[in-house]
Amino acid sequence: MREPAAGYSEEFEVNMGPQHPSTHGVLRLLLRMDGEIIKNAEPHVGYLHRAIEKICENRTYPQCIPLLDRFEYVTSMSTEEVFCLAAERIAAIEVPERAEYLRIIMLELDRIASHLIFLGTFSLDLGAITPFLYCIRERETIMDLFEMTCGQRLTYNYIRVGGVSQDIPEQFLPLARKFVDTFQHRVDDYEALLTENPIFLARTKNVGIVNKQVCLDYGASGPVLRAAGVEWDLRRDDPYSIYDRFKFEIPTGTVGDVWDRYMVRVRELRQSNEIVRQALDQLPTGDIKAKMKPLFKPPVGEVYARIENSRGEMGCHIISDGSTKPYRLKLRGGSFCHTQLIPEVAPGIMIADLVAMFASLDVILPEVDR
Amino acid sequence: MRLELSSLLKVIGDWISSLGLPVWLVDLIEMCGAAAMVMGMAFLIILFLVWWERKLSGHFQQRLGPMRTGWHGWLQTIADGIKLFQKEDIIPKTVDRKVFYWAPVICFASSFAAFACLPWGKNLWPTDLNIGILYIFAITTFVVISLLMAGWSSNNKYALLGGMRSAAQIVSYEVPLTLSVLGVIVATQSLSMVAIVGAQEKVYNWFIFRQPLGFLIYLIAATAETNRAPFDIPEAEQELVAGFNIEYSGMKFAMFFMAEFLNLFLVSAVAVTLFLGGWHGPFLPSWLWFLLKAFFIVFVIIWFKWTYPRLRVDQLMEFCWKFLLPLAFLNLIVAGFLFR
Repeated sequence: MREPAAGYSEEFEVNMGPQHPSTHGVLRLLLRMDGEIIKNAEPHVGYLHRAIEKICENRTYPQCIPLLDRFEYVTSMSTEEVFCLAAERIAAIEVPERAEYLRIIMLELDRIASHLIFLGTFSLDLGAITPFLYCIRERETIMDLFEMTCGQRLTYNYIRVGGVSQDIPEQFLPLARKFVDTFQHRVDDYEALLTENPIFLARTKNVGIVNKQVCLDYGASGPVLRAAGVEWDLRRDDPYSIYDRFKFEIPTGTVGDVWDRYMVRVRELRQSNEIVRQALDQLPTGDIKAKMKPLFKPPVGEVYARIENSRGEMGCHIISDGSTKPYRLKLRGGSFCHTQLIPEVAPGIMIADLVAMFASLDVILPEVDR
Repeated sequence: MRLELSSLLKVIGDWISSLGLPVWLVDLIEMCGAAAMVMGMAFLIILFLVWWERKLSGHFQQRLGPMRTGWHGWLQTIADGIKLFQKEDIIPKTVDRKVFYWAPVICFASSFAAFACLPWGKNLWPTDLNIGILYIFAITTFVVISLLMAGWSSNNKYALLGGMRSAAQIVSYEVPLTLSVLGVIVATQSLSMVAIVGAQEKVYNWFIFRQPLGFLIYLIAATAETNRAPFDIPEAEQELVAGFNIEYSGMKFAMFFMAEFLNLFLVSAVAVTLFLGGWHGPFLPSWLWFLLKAFFIVFVIIWFKWTYPRLRVDQLMEFCWKFLLPLAFLNLIVAGFLFR
């Protein structure tokens, strides 16, 4: 295996993961190293393969939803949303106003929760331990909101075909408003700990650059793409649900380095917070579920629905044969594309930068492995 | 009358010599007694520091830290210690057994040996070497060897990377550390810890006011010496899993762990002795002043750890050689002019 390299150093292989603190799940990276410098990195995936897409073919549409919660479990709401969106488009179901608003509130809260997990684990990977617990503190409130609404804290099974499973309880609105009002200041706190910290800047500025062209070549989306300077957000550029009713900005970076990706996500936290605020203000009364037959049986057809989730474009391709079960279901997630960026970016950087770079891509492995 | 431990010790010493034993036996008893006392003190400090760091980090992070074992969890460290004692001592098949075995021992012993020269209070020090400060820096350097031994003998790539990193880091930071201390030595014209404390009787004589730059350099270099964040790259969990001690378990791991806390206290105690007037202070007994000041420095270093991200290994070296070292030289030159 070992072959002497130029100079006095000798290259060696390190197997990073699947049990490693900073692989965010079960990614295995086969690193070829020259001292601290990475020569080559090869991601090995599939340790968490559960054949979700295949299992869905044997389940009725409503039964698919709890399974899809496990697809990307950090933002389960978005997987539910994309699946329901596709199913509704096939069956041409009109979702009631209130349900749409509730979905937006949940989706954006979920985006905040997901970005908080990113922020926490990312700072943890840079060696800053404290922001993680601050992030978990705020996420806890969001989890409480979800729990009081649908009884679940991780796999919600809340968004259903044609609406949502249940209305929000009485105490939801006051708590949500309080969260929205305080959250801006909490983000200021995180930024005070990290954004202008010289050590943080040294670790992130011009590190792990994924430029525009590489992003486009590899099909990157979401914050990774926006950090490279491409203003592309499906909530604005291909509006689904009722996103065209809200005012929000699309933060972009310039270089596409780790710091840009961090900054894009932090600013998205503020934007999502604003969307939740607007949705709470405009929340109408009415039904929470469309009138449907008890047995959901969409007509024969094929549809691709896509949404912007916290990691990028999440798509769901459903082929219906007219039965109660999808004939074929294909999911697309941002993490899968972003994992492929690792061999492109890793050669030549140090192992500590690889950890920072990988954390800034915010890859979640169950989504990669399906 | 302040509660001075030294007067109590003097009474005991007088009593032993009045027993009519031969002189060598009296000396031996006194030496063993002093060593035992320092050992006991060291363990007490470790017990306290582990608990304190856990409590502090908890409160920095909006949580409570250990709460269940005893009042605010003060028994937690003892419980952890008992757990580590009971643990199976795993020695992986491929390790270099002798080196693997001796690394934690050397690590702990060298940190502990440095305690012999600390002036704990008024007339309260195990020994006053005329090269005290040199001895402390010399003996703690053995820690590097032990970390390198641990990294090498573990036969693990992560451990090796960790060992190499720590060797490079500690050897590099030793240079500005020693240079920052030289400023004080130039002023006091002595390497003896007791003499250095003696030169700082009045508050305005403390070297933190006469050598503020030196103190800052010392504090930064000392943080790096103890492998603590933002310089904790030898055990960077997110990169190297655990670093040099990845293959260690049970008591061997505990030895490294204890040595780390001993080192933490040691650099703080040396900082107090050199820059903060040692045991000098009003009202309270001198040993209490010493401990209070030392724990304050420990608090600052813990504060660093739970606030800052970690530097990268090359940035760490750059910071040391290109920034800290020139500053340390500048400080030494200024000190040379000031205390001519």
